[in-house]
Formats: sequence, structure tokens, C-alpha cells
Amino acid sequence: METLIHNLFYRHFGNEILLRSEDAAVLDVQGKIAFTTDSYTVTPLFFNGGDIGRIAVAGTLNDLAMMGAKPLYLSCAFMLEEGLSYETLERIVISMKEELSQSGAKIVCGDTKVLPRGSVDQIFINTSGIGEVITEGISSHNLQAEDVILVSRDIGAHGATILASREGIELESSLCSDCAVLWPAVKALIDEKIAIHAMRDATRGGIAAVLNEWAMASDVCIEIKEEMIPISDEVRGICELLGMEPYDFANEGTFVLAVAPQDALRAQEILRRFEISTNAQVIGNVTVQKPGRVILHSPWGTARYLERPKGELLPRIC
Amino acid sequence: MSLQLKDLYDGFRDGSTIKALARTIKEESEKLSDPLRIMEVCGGHTHTIMKYGLKQLLPPSIEFIHGPGCPVCIMPKERIDHAISLARMKDTILLTLGDMIRVPGSSSSLVQERSRGCDIRPLYSPMDALKIARENPTKKVIFFAIGFETTTPMSAAVILQADHEGLQNLFFHINHVLVPQPVHAIMNDPQNRINAFIGPSHVSVISGSKIYDSIAEAYGTPIVVSGFEPVDVMEGILKIVVQKNENRSEVEVQYSRAVTHEGNLKAQKMIDQTMRVRDTFRWRGLGDIADSALKLRDEFSHFDAENVFAEFLSYEPIDDHKLCICGSILRGIAKPNDCTVFGTACTPNSPLGSCMVSSEGSCNAYYRFGGTH
Repeated sequence: METLIHNLFYRHFGNEILLRSEDAAVLDVQGKIAFTTDSYTVTPLFFNGGDIGRIAVAGTLNDLAMMGAKPLYLSCAFMLEEGLSYETLERIVISMKEELSQSGAKIVCGDTKVLPRGSVDQIFINTSGIGEVITEGISSHNLQAEDVILVSRDIGAHGATILASREGIELESSLCSDCAVLWPAVKALIDEKIAIHAMRDATRGGIAAVLNEWAMASDVCIEIKEEMIPISDEVRGICELLGMEPYDFANEGTFVLAVAPQDALRAQEILRRFEISTNAQVIGNVTVQKPGRVILHSPWGTARYLERPKGELLPRIC
Repeated sequence: MSLQLKDLYDGFRDGSTIKALARTIKEESEKLSDPLRIMEVCGGHTHTIMKYGLKQLLPPSIEFIHGPGCPVCIMPKERIDHAISLARMKDTILLTLGDMIRVPGSSSSLVQERSRGCDIRPLYSPMDALKIARENPTKKVIFFAIGFETTTPMSAAVILQADHEGLQNLFFHINHVLVPQPVHAIMNDPQNRINAFIGPSHVSVISGSKIYDSIAEAYGTPIVVSGFEPVDVMEGILKIVVQKNENRSEVEVQYSRAVTHEGNLKAQKMIDQTMRVRDTFRWRGLGDIADSALKLRDEFSHFDAENVFAEFLSYEPIDDHKLCICGSILRGIAKPNDCTVFGTACTPNSPLGSCMVSSEGSCNAYYRFGGTH
């Protein structure tokens, strides 16, 4: 275990605070901080566009960014199944290091447990993170009538990639997870004084979950124009084959934001400067029509509620 | 340039085409002498109608009655219990399709059994059953096969291949059902109010449009075999309205891009090689219907889970929860929102009845895509 910690974790994550090897990291933090935690498990561990390590870092960094907080420090705990190869673990750790470098945040404390075969599916990772709140008031309770809703890029790429790479669906496609660190794009929005009312990365449950949570939390109606939502042909194709909806698919580097109407187009333009959000798009707005509900408008003038996804996504039978 | 998947559906979701069809239907329907009560037999069509909001585009003189064509919804509880009993057997892998795993049986569901440690796997393709059986020679691998004529040829292909390979550990619990007989059963119910049908295109890709000839003739109802995209369904409705106005009651094919009168003869032959019609099958909500389902032929009885594991299976009928009106919904005499527990005690997360479970069920479609008006 000592070798593992020194040769692997210290080597790749090394920084002054971590290398002191104290019982707890002592941090110098000023002002308000945001604090979050998440545990990560994904099958397969490696997929087109990412791996569990990348998600474990990006996911927690993104949760901080979504609160307008600059990511500073992370903890990292590994639960490893006995027999997991060193090479696999190293590949994951290197991914984590690369992902960290996108934001400047550091891993300052950690833990590793090796568990008997069968009690963990290869590897579980937990990361917690704290960040310095740069701009206050971003909240899912803060949506206001006439706010404009944007999505940072085409949706569902991660969910579709995972689905396509799982055993059972043998598909050749150019699908690639959207896994990415969002802080640089968020920082640009904050620096340019965009009035962000709410912001959330559309992870599990996709944009359907985020929009519904917002509509409920702020007691507003969110009306979306279906044809405005960017969706790649590949993601749409998977949905067509399996009878699923891209709105329900998980994302790992796509976020939804609600901004004051006068800032909407500027926010779209700022986001489009970043590689992770070149096709950012205004998709709808907040109204008082049906508080607590999300309404999807079709190009032929019909409307329906967008519900949050229920349980496991299963393919249609015929 | 190669054909892209989207080329297959893009035009059939075109907003201006849908609007134009809606206008024509509205004009034509002004000439109708009676209101139209169209049964869309298949749950896939219910899904299209709700998801794309097509009802909102149609005049009040056109009503939809949602039919029994959802293979998950019509499965009686005792047969779901079969799947559970089989899954609980030692050294067994139970395979099935889609949201069958969520449907509650008398006291449990496959999802619950899976969380208790049973090896239950939803398949993306029935052909995967072969691979799983080959990879697990010490396990009994049981494919709980469900579906209408559409999915039956796939099961037949798996059976023929398993036979060819001499697989000893793959078994089949066949629940394949047929479209025409339940339609007859519904039409013979004195409470029925149906005066036209939309038939599912995928069933007729296999079985041809010929399976509806006897229905159009017996009940004087137009039947239009339609595709599942919104433009397909709207065009199908228009064809029905025109037939009514011209006083015709014919089987017509809207989905002419793949449906013929005779259907796919090769697929029909494979089904015929492996399966025969059951004397009777109990449909959830509709009761026993003669000649309405298939079972394995005797020469494949060594593959037949109902035969090999007969000691574990009971055929005692189990009725639905007394508040659930899935039966009336499947017979087309009630709508999901007529149910007192719809959306309250019965939701997709905790369904009381099967119509709420399956994404092809009408309660589920109403819950997920309920109109905003």
C-alpha cells in the first residue's frame, strides 16, 4: 500500500499540501466556500472520450463551478477490487491528473481501500471538493419569469456513448462522451458579468431532470422549443434504435443555465468561444404558464410536458 | 454519400408536412357523417400520438381508442410469476426484453428479484441469448420471449440456431401473441364503439396486410396499416377519413415503403417451423382468447421452459388490483385518466397495472406525454 501511495498517487497528484502526509490537509481559504461530494462508478471503466478517473475529477469540479465557485481543493478516495491491475489504476490516475490541470485545483488528501473480489465492481472513486464562491446567488430556486434557458452544447453524448459501448449493443459509431471541466467557460461568463440565475450540469437524468428540478424549486414554468435543442445525429440515432429520449441521457460536460433575458445572446456568444461549448444554444424561457412544469413545444405547434426520467432506461421492445 | 439513419425519419417529422396534413384532415372530417372512433391497435402508435401531440391537431370528431397491442401490458400476472419462478431456480440466467423486467407479478417483479440476487438480464437483441448460453454452459439460460408478430421471427431464428448448434442449456418461455384475434374479441364486445383501425406497420412487415382482411370485412371498418412517425400516423388518419367519406371499409397500406399484402414469407416460414398456435391464451384485461398466441412445436419441446420446468409453473389465473382498470383500457372502453389511481397510487415508478409500466402502455404514454391543455 505504501508503494502504491508513493509511486502512484503522490507521483501524479503531488503538491505541497498532499506531500506533507498529515492526518488532515490544512487549507488557507478566504470568504465563502462551496463544498460538494460525489461517488463515481461506471461500466465500462474506459469509453470513447473519457474514463472513470476523468469523470471523478470533472464531475466534482463541475459541481463547484455550477455554484459560481472556483474549484480549489479535492479529496479523493479509491475503493479497489482485489486483482485490479496496476496499469489500469495508473491509467485512471493519469486521467485524473490531466483533468485537474484544466482547472488548477489540487487533490490534497485521500484514502485507498482494497476490498475482496466481488465486493466492488473493479473500482469506485469518491471525490469531495471545495471552491471559492466568486459570484453569489446562483441557485435552482432563483429562476425568474422571462429568464432565458441555454444549454452549453449538444446533449446526451455521454449517456449514448456508454450505452453504445456496453455489451449487448454492438454498434460502430463516432460517439464520444462530453466529459469535460466546465470551470474555464463558467469563469468567462462570470468575468463578463452575465446575470446567471441558475446553472447546473445535466448529469444523471439529463436535461429533463435539471429542467424539472428547476421548475419545481423555483415554482416557475420552463418552456422549451424542441427544435432548438442541439442533438448530434449519432445521439439521435441511438435514441431511434432503442426508443429512448436524448433529454433523459446523462451528460458529463454539458450544463444548462438560466440567465436574465438581456444577457442571453451574449452568454451564448461567450460560451461558443470555448471548445467544450461551441454549439451553445438558447433553447427556451421561463414563464408563469404552468408553475412546476416543463413544456416542450414541437415545430408543428403542439405541446407536451417533459417529465423527468424514471428508473433504469430500458430499450423499447419493438 | 451513404444513407444516414436520420434520412429514414427526418422527412416523417417535418413540421410543415404535419401541419398540412392536419389542415386536410380537418377539411375532410367536416364531411364525416359520424364521429370517428379509431382504435390504434398498437402501443407504439399510442406513444406516437401522445409524444408528438397529434391529438391536439385533430378536430373533436376524431377520437382515439387505445388498443391492446402492447406485449408487456397484456401479460397476465400468472405468466409474470412464471418468469419470476424460473429466475429463482438455482444456476439460472433469465433473459427478457425491455421493460418486461419492471412489471409487477402477484408479489414481486423481475427488477426486485434481480436486486435479491437473481441473474436477470434485459436483452437488446434476442440473438444475444445464444451468446449468453454458449458462455455459460453450466447455467440454465431461459429466454422469456414476448411480443407480437414483429418480434416472433427473432425468437424463431434463435430457436433454429440453438437447435443447429445443439445447445443443451438454452430454453424458451414463449409468450408470443397475435394481433387479429384480440381485435375480433374487442369487436365482439357489445360495449365497443370502434369504427376504424390503425394497424401497426411493423407487424404487417412480417405478416402482411392480409391479416386484417377478415376484420375489415366482418365489421365494415376501414383499417389503415401505418408507420410510426408522426407524418405516417397523420397520413393514416387522413386515409381513414377519406374511406369513411367515400363509404369504403378497406384494408389500406399507408406504410407502403415496407408492407405488402403477403408480408415477409421467409419470416413467416421460420415462425411456422418452430411454433404453432396455442388453443387458448389468457390476456390481461381481455381474458381467454382462442388461437391468439403461439407456443413451441412438439419437436422443440426439449427447449420449452413450460415443458421442462413445468413443476415450477402455475396457471392459476391471478387478477389485477381491484382499483386498476387496465382491463377496460385494453378493451378500449376506458381512458387512462378515467382511472381513480392514475398518476396518484399508480405511476411509472410504482405501477399498479401493466399499462403504466411499459413505455408502450397507454397509461404510461398519458403520464409521460400528457397534453398541456
